[in-house]
Amino acid sequence: MADFAATALDKSQNRQTGGAGAMESGAAAQPLVRVEGLAKYFDVSPPLLTRVLEGQKKAIVRAVDGVSFAIPQGKTFSLVGESGCGKSTVARLVVGLYRPTRGHIEFEGTDLASLRTRAQMAPLRKRLQMIFQDPYASLNPRWRVADIIAEPIRAHKLMDDDRGILRRVGELLEQVRLSPRDGEKFPHEFSGGQRQRISIARALASNPEFLVCDEPTSALDVSVQAQILNLMKDLQRELGLTYLFISHDLAVVYHISDYVGVMYLGRLVEWGEAQQVFGSPRHPYTRMLMDAIPDLEMTGRQRIPVAGEVPSPIDPPSGCYFHPRCPFANERCSAESPMAIPVGSGEVACHGVEEGRI
Amino acid sequence: MAQTPVLEVRNLRVEFPTRKGTLVAVDDISFHVNEGEVLGVVGESGAGKSMTGTAVINLLEPPGRIGGGEVYLDGRRIDNLPYEQMRRIRGRQIGMVFQDPLTSLNPLYTVGRQLIETIRTHTDLSEQGARKRALELLAEVGIPSAERRIDQYPHQFSGGMRQRVVIALALCVNPRLVIADEPTTALDVSIQAQIIALLKKLCHEHGAAVMLITHDMGVIAETADRVAVMYAGRLAEVGPVQQVIQQAKHPYTEGLMGSIPKVGHHTDRLAQIEGSMPRLTEIPNGCAYHPRCPKAFARCFAERPDLITQGATDVSCWLYDEELQRVEAHG
Ligand SMILES: Nc1ncnc2c1ncn2[C@@H]1O[C@H](COP(=O)(O)OP(=O)(O)OP(=O)(O)O)[C@@H](O)[C@H]1O
Ligand SMILES: Nc1ncnc2c1ncn2[C@@H]1O[C@H](COP(=O)(O)OP(=O)(O)O)[C@@H](O)[C@H]1O
Ligand code: SF4
Ligand code: SF4
Ligand SMILES: [Mg+2]
Ligand SMILES: [Mg+2]
Repeated sequence: MADFAATALDKSQNRQTGGAGAMESGAAAQPLVRVEGLAKYFDVSPPLLTRVLEGQKKAIVRAVDGVSFAIPQGKTFSLVGESGCGKSTVARLVVGLYRPTRGHIEFEGTDLASLRTRAQMAPLRKRLQMIFQDPYASLNPRWRVADIIAEPIRAHKLMDDDRGILRRVGELLEQVRLSPRDGEKFPHEFSGGQRQRISIARALASNPEFLVCDEPTSALDVSVQAQILNLMKDLQRELGLTYLFISHDLAVVYHISDYVGVMYLGRLVEWGEAQQVFGSPRHPYTRMLMDAIPDLEMTGRQRIPVAGEVPSPIDPPSGCYFHPRCPFANERCSAESPMAIPVGSGEVACHGVEEGRI
Repeated sequence: MAQTPVLEVRNLRVEFPTRKGTLVAVDDISFHVNEGEVLGVVGESGAGKSMTGTAVINLLEPPGRIGGGEVYLDGRRIDNLPYEQMRRIRGRQIGMVFQDPLTSLNPLYTVGRQLIETIRTHTDLSEQGARKRALELLAEVGIPSAERRIDQYPHQFSGGMRQRVVIALALCVNPRLVIADEPTTALDVSIQAQIIALLKKLCHEHGAAVMLITHDMGVIAETADRVAVMYAGRLAEVGPVQQVIQQAKHPYTEGLMGSIPKVGHHTDRLAQIEGSMPRLTEIPNGCAYHPRCPKAFARCFAERPDLITQGATDVSCWLYDEELQRVEAHG
């Protein structure tokens, strides 16, 4: 472990180009990935004619609305929050599947927005890869597994001799604890967990340093989920990978994460080291989420069910988006949107915390 | 046991005839649920949980069929009743809650209309009386401003609210038995907790027996009084929830519990069960769990274990049989 930390630090020192990280207090290493004021709006208005005829207004979904965080090299940063709060949208922005409405994404200090052409993007693209929730939908059923895994190698022209590629595919299959012979088969011959291993092998094919994992185990049974989570941790250690991990399962997030960010209606309400966010959550929404975790220890603790439901992101509440559900809300909360302030190793955006009354 | 269980299932078998032979989805399982009790049924996907629930209410989709066994409701056998009679029992005595609330709600009618119709079909309340009862139920399941909401359509409700409406529908005739199949799986954790609290409260207040089917151990830990663990169409273990979760006896239950990450327990690696659950076409001989079981021994490969009583828990594993023999031999 100590060994690994030292190499990780080494690597990052070689690579970093300076610039203060947002995590100075939390981590020694410079961030590999930094997201600053990230926003993505979707226009979901009815067609213009309908709008004019029926007097409807434009409808804009603020799926992500000003999110900032940083992930140190070799660490796992997780995003949690209720359905529709913008987790997947952040993931897709970070890997470049969407263009941000506002804000910046930096990879090793390079602003992704500054890379305009495909040719400029290419060297970076292969260093970030994504793993999706559904291992059934994300593998082409008509391709052999070996071709699925080799696809990024061919696309990025990392190798050109077929024997070499085949050898590399065999290595990758072994890395995800499958057999090189499995390359001959088709996806339907594998179980859900095995397919997710194949997705991981494909993601690793271009030697990425950064993996964005959007609910990678949510479609799997718990026993298979444990296999995949163990594999992901092993790979992180072996290859020094950095993860952005998304899950709605707080226990999974607790297990896998170094840092956790809690999202609500497109905004990050609290983030920090996992031990801190889980051990002493500060934001009232984080506390609510923690209270909603089922109690497997059976201590008889009475859960305080979260009141109410997430409002529509098309028409969010005024001030602090959480105020209609917050037991600590006051007048300021419904008028003024809270700014993030440093708390421990991270940040919290809440008037109550800032005023010292929570 | 003095009291007659609300639901008793004996040696239930569910099969699917196919061209390649008969697949057995539920294989010889027996359990009961008492009045006011929540029985959790857990297991990984394909374990046969939903098939068990659907067979109990006699709603298996053909070609699926009950291939053996008996089902009793309040001591009365119901698995062999004619269709019409069973339909009436389902309407009056059994409430159902499924994973997707939209399958239980008609999109063309207001929520109030659906509640009122159901109440009127199964009671002799007037339109006025039924509406009043519907409003009470909506309030009881925690729908705010029920007077306004009652005349809205299902699509105007969020997922959590729809599931509340389905629970209201399931309860509107004061059923003896509620079968809830993954009622919280499609919902966010925060809403999950609300729905669980609601189910539990209602079951205690109405004295219904609840069969709660889920793959989520957390939900079981919070809600169930007893729990049945299923594996490959069979019962691995049935017992009081605390014992099954904290002192699992069956090696599968033990593996399952170890593989669940827990907040507050920092481990680098989760306990891992190798492999995955067999398909119905490939159920191993003997104990179905033996290819994955770290404790398997010769007998497990050839002979299928039956449920063996160990205190308050019943467990189907040869380890306990041996122990029994040893105790008997020495005692
Ligand atoms: N392409 C799109 N067009 C319009 N709206 C979108 C689009 N993608 C996402 N949204 C909206 O943006 C919001 C955030 O969606 P997102 O998929 O990021 O949520 P999420 O946190 O990943 O949720 P889940 O837990 O359900 O996966 C939602 O309200 C969603 O409906
Ligand atoms: N129509 C069908 N034909 C053949 N097998 C089926 C059919 N429906 C379900 N099964 C099988 O029955 C088994 C049990 O299914 P189910 O009760 O739905 O599992 P669970 O609810 O525990 O996830 C599964 O292996 C499933 O594939
Ligand atoms: S800002 Fe106010 S409403 Fe928002 S979470 Fe803090 S106390 Fe609650
Ligand atoms: S019967 Fe044998 S294989 Fe089955 S669970 Fe018990 S020890 Fe394991
Ligand atoms: Mg998502
Ligand atoms: Mg099911």
